[in-house]
Amino acid sequence: MPVPTDRAETRFPDHRPPLTQAQARAEAGRCLFCHDAPCVHACPTAIDIPLFIKQIHDRNDLGAARTILEANAFGYSCSRVCPVEVLCVGACVYNAKGEPPILIGRLQRFATDPVIEKGVPIFEAGDPTGRVVACVGGGPASIACAHELIRLGHRAVILEGRPYRGGLNTDGVAPYKMRADASLAEVEWLTAIGIEWRDGVVVGRDVTWEELETEFDAVFLGLGLGADAPLGLPGESLEGVWGATRLIAAIKTGGEPAPDPDRIRTAVVIGGGNTAIDAARELALLGVPDVRIVYRRDADRMPAYRHEREHAVQEGVRFEHRLQPLAFEGNGRLEAVRLTALDERLRPVGEPFRLPADLAALAVGQGRVEALLAAIPGLEVRGGRVVVDPANGRTSNPRYWSGGDLANGGAEVVNAAAEGKKAAHGIDAWLRESAA
Amino acid sequence: MTGLGNGLPRNGRPRTGAPVDLSVDCAGIRSPNPFWLASGPPTNTAGQVHRAFEAGWGGAVWKTLGDPITNTVSRYGGTAYQGRNVAGFNNIELITDRPLDVNLKEIAEVKRAWPDRAVVASLMVESRDEWRDIIRRSEDTGCDGLELNFGCPHGMCERGMGSAVGQEPKVLEEIARWAAEFATTPVIVKLTPNITDILYPAMAAQRGGADAVSLVNTFKSVIGVDHDTLSPIPSVDGEGTSGGYCGPAVKPIALHMVTRLGKAHEFELPISGIGGVQSWEDALDFLLLGATSVQVCTAVMHYGFRIVEDLVRGLEEWMREKGYAGVHDFVGAALPNYREWGDLDLNYKIVAQIDPSTCIECQLCYAACEDGAHQCIELPGPTRVPRVVEERCVGCNLCQLVCPVEGCITMVEIDTGLPRESWNDRVLKGTAGAGSMH
Repeated sequence: MPVPTDRAETRFPDHRPPLTQAQARAEAGRCLFCHDAPCVHACPTAIDIPLFIKQIHDRNDLGAARTILEANAFGYSCSRVCPVEVLCVGACVYNAKGEPPILIGRLQRFATDPVIEKGVPIFEAGDPTGRVVACVGGGPASIACAHELIRLGHRAVILEGRPYRGGLNTDGVAPYKMRADASLAEVEWLTAIGIEWRDGVVVGRDVTWEELETEFDAVFLGLGLGADAPLGLPGESLEGVWGATRLIAAIKTGGEPAPDPDRIRTAVVIGGGNTAIDAARELALLGVPDVRIVYRRDADRMPAYRHEREHAVQEGVRFEHRLQPLAFEGNGRLEAVRLTALDERLRPVGEPFRLPADLAALAVGQGRVEALLAAIPGLEVRGGRVVVDPANGRTSNPRYWSGGDLANGGAEVVNAAAEGKKAAHGIDAWLRESAA
Repeated sequence: MTGLGNGLPRNGRPRTGAPVDLSVDCAGIRSPNPFWLASGPPTNTAGQVHRAFEAGWGGAVWKTLGDPITNTVSRYGGTAYQGRNVAGFNNIELITDRPLDVNLKEIAEVKRAWPDRAVVASLMVESRDEWRDIIRRSEDTGCDGLELNFGCPHGMCERGMGSAVGQEPKVLEEIARWAAEFATTPVIVKLTPNITDILYPAMAAQRGGADAVSLVNTFKSVIGVDHDTLSPIPSVDGEGTSGGYCGPAVKPIALHMVTRLGKAHEFELPISGIGGVQSWEDALDFLLLGATSVQVCTAVMHYGFRIVEDLVRGLEEWMREKGYAGVHDFVGAALPNYREWGDLDLNYKIVAQIDPSTCIECQLCYAACEDGAHQCIELPGPTRVPRVVEERCVGCNLCQLVCPVEGCITMVEIDTGLPRESWNDRVLKGTAGAGSMH
């Protein structure tokens, strides 16, 4: 299903425009081609970064794309959404030299953009094995797993209960990094290898785990995280109180109408993680004049990336530390958030006060899908995460594998891509072993 | 490589503000500085040479005069290296395509306007009569000297001129003799490097009576192939031919040839050095190895005439720092330190040292030593900083050459306690074994 063209995210400019050919060649020429390069070690998918950069320098752009995509089928979206500052770019030896590190993400984008935009085929399905695997959930982990399984000769069927394919890549990634239509184009390109989709199918509602075990040789669980977690405070059901990922999805896909930024004076985002920063930056960039992030702890305790916080400050987002919401107040619609200050030990201090606000977004974590998983016999779940063998993604139930946010508790697209691919090899090894 | 350091002046003279004299006299041709434009596209017209002299060039060798020609298009090709254009440059352009009388009139006009600058006419014709005629007409312009173009390796050589002369010492000597006979101004013979040993044509020029040599002209070359059309580059409607290669990439080869002549006792003529000069340090290399003037073409084709400012100021600064009053004080000053391999000290030892505080952990030194040299660098961990195994280090320098951090890897002298001993010393003593470096 294509996303509507008038959705709110189309108002965001690309925060890192593509490099021109001349810029890319010059930047590639700066790469030192390190031995045993630290950037490769910093990449969860271990892309041979010095090699693809040399290929760009030597004008073998398609070869560069192959190097990237063979390591990471999501190389196109990762080039835009990866927190490169804490991964490859953060590991670049130029940092130690006091010089700007190589723009690895943007070079990766330079190489991969034409492949996805023109639909250039890079991969082929392997020799058919006759085996078939179900991948539950339609986000990066499942797609990466399915894509790799097909390269290995198996059939792969993705069951997706949500309206759009691509998971958080489509409806959760900050739109100035990547828009929903770009994610959908990538999904389409990945699907072309032969991924089969069953859209609108929800396990537990439309099909049972037993039925999946009957139809499929193995099952990969790539369900991600659940809905936005509530705070359990009075007034949370008022109009104008959003879960942060629901708000972002509305801005990105328009599946649910996004709030009109012209009618919001003050927006309060509650939380200290990267989702809180994303929601706040998106509201600020949409034109909301007063956007505040309210967080219980001090700045140095925020889980959000420093570089993301710095961007937010530049975009006018205000950070309010050691404040805790007590209630959402209003008459049908949100009018104010009641807050209390916290002392150093996070105990309420002073008189609670009212902060008038037209929108509140809760970014205090996402729920888990434990109830659904409880129906899988012998599946070990700890702290809401499916426990897997890190070597091959296999769960405690021998027919099930998992990866992505469901198994790691919420990480980056690049982690989901790496884990989905690793699970595919785990499944492949088991299928071949059991056939022998 | 030198660079301007902060060392004390050698002769104890004040370092800043002291007047230095950049003027040179190359075989009787005087110029206010040693930087001349080489014969080529930058010296094609009076307008260009006027602007060059305004910019500060000390001399100009006019684009070669001769019989009318027709040029091809395209005619230039370049090699890029790591994002830098024109690391090497090649051309299949011929001598001037302008009428002789126009060129002569313009040379006269430029010389009148710039009496202190060196104006040299470059010439290329065939028969004795033609040489006599063109030398007389050229000298009528008032030019300061003549350069016989025996160097161009493309086009003209197929007609028996240019490098066809430079590659045949007997012919070269004969034409040089004609020129010496007809000329009243100094005669410079411009040599082609497309030979086995530059001394042969240089000695032929000396025997023929030339007053100086200039070297090198361009190297016969093919820039590459267009991978879509399969045409050699530069391409003339899908076809190509060998052209003359020059630019920064050729400088070390040119320096070798200048050094060869500078060291040869039997060769006595002044040298005008040419080949890949882009900076004052490039020019200084030629001067230190025996050139009295330095000619530049490609760098001007790349950046324009104003690069001469960098050449002049850099040389002045270096002369002040080292305490040289005039250029002739240091022409050839590096030649005594140039030795045959067999005379170098086999007991001199240096080893590499890596400064961990500035190392950025790229490990290029490790890869270079391990794969490309002598396996003397280890990765002991736990950091990524490599370690030199001094007992194994052969002191080859490769790690220092590939290190991207200036000053991180230094070569430190190790006292072997042994006296100086060269290969030739060992041969004399009868202690030399078989074998040599490959």
